[in-house]
Amino acid sequence: MKIGVLAVQGDVREHLSALERLGASPLPVLKPEHLAGLSGIVLPGGESTAIWRLMQANGLAGALKAELEGGLPAFGTCAGMVLLAKEITNWPERFLAVLDIAVERNATGRQVESFETVLPVDGLGEVPAVFIRAPLVRRVGEGVEVLARWQGNPVLVRQGPFLAASFHPELVEDARLHSFFLEMCRKG
Amino acid sequence: MEKGTYRVKTGFAEMFKGGVIMDVTTPEQARIAEEAGAVAVMALERVPADIRAQGGVARMADPKKIKEIMDAVSIPVMAKCRIGHIAEARILEALGVDFVDESEVLTPADPFNHIDKWQFRVPFVCGCRDLGEAARRIAEGAAMIRTKGEAGTGNVIEAVRHMRILNDQIRRLRDMSRAELVSYAKELGAPVEVLELIQEQGRLPVVNFAAGGIATPADAALMRMLGADGVFVGSGIFKSQNPEKRARAIVLACTHYDDPELLAEVSEDLGEPMAGIEIDKIPQEELMQYR
Repeated sequence: MKIGVLAVQGDVREHLSALERLGASPLPVLKPEHLAGLSGIVLPGGESTAIWRLMQANGLAGALKAELEGGLPAFGTCAGMVLLAKEITNWPERFLAVLDIAVERNATGRQVESFETVLPVDGLGEVPAVFIRAPLVRRVGEGVEVLARWQGNPVLVRQGPFLAASFHPELVEDARLHSFFLEMCRKG
Repeated sequence: MEKGTYRVKTGFAEMFKGGVIMDVTTPEQARIAEEAGAVAVMALERVPADIRAQGGVARMADPKKIKEIMDAVSIPVMAKCRIGHIAEARILEALGVDFVDESEVLTPADPFNHIDKWQFRVPFVCGCRDLGEAARRIAEGAAMIRTKGEAGTGNVIEAVRHMRILNDQIRRLRDMSRAELVSYAKELGAPVEVLELIQEQGRLPVVNFAAGGIATPADAALMRMLGADGVFVGSGIFKSQNPEKRARAIVLACTHYDDPELLAEVSEDLGEPMAGIEIDKIPQEELMQYR
């Protein structure tokens, strides 16, 4: 199963290696033509503004949005969640805008406030979670399932083919969330 | 819930990969950098080229200036403290700066030691010229490394030298026996445990950017081709004729470094780059990299 990892900027290598460990065939996505034949795509952590500028420069932004609107499964972590969100409460732009949530960028504060913890995830049990200048979900639309919360805020959500986490499952050994996403891709 | 763990620090540095970190001295410049796609800005009083030209003791920037820059942008803000200046580092941490650069670009404060970075919640990036220096900084708790180059020169040769040396030393380390590694540690002045970790992983255990002398999109691409995870651009952007356009071009070049046609396109018509300096025209005692 070919799974893309958006590779213009961010912690791409960590996602590629998590997917490889699970037996998928991950491919870095830098250009629109790299989207062909994918069963799913991961949007990594990084800086959402930088990733978006880079995606706009070569048409990848529009091409990926079209794929997502056509139902291509996507898993966004941290910046990836911001890219997927339909609304950003503290930023004038919207990016791919396919997942019906409102996020606040950098909602956990500056880097000195970044932290790691363990989260109970619906159906998976306790999962280690690293939050880095993380976005938090301030509103979820209809049909958005909240799979985990931190201090009452949704931090892992799913709507149809889209999965998004405020934290970084790619920074820990535990690959259950990647595995969960691969299962979503398998089912199409 | 645990803050400031090593994983939180090094994980944050992983998020910069493939990106460009730009020196800025005003909120306006910070906004230009953010708009161009910088992954972070380095808040400074003066860019390295001006520090070099004006001389005198270079210190941490005024907290007011740093706060103005932090308020101006949504991307992470880094700031520099002098080598070994624990108090400046504490001030930067208290300001809420996202990363501290313990930097040779400022005048060193401690003739003996670097900062014990394990004592801080804020992550640190440090410069290196070779594997020994990188390993010592990692042993002190640096969460990110950058090759030093020679800041404020607009001349990439030292950045290339340091990256080449680092790559070569890591390559040699990979095939060494335990006995050879211990002897190599002595030769490099590097802690054995850190070298063991580097040998095991086949690369530095933290993100490594290139810095010092990068002035063009091609320079950024070159450093990426040599294995840098990303680049710092100091004077190269805001000392050039058209900072907006150059900043954007360097960001694109850093990502698409192996696409020569795109590099040609983004390198076109950028206006005058910063003025460059030949390294051997600089008196030995004014070279920042040996600090």
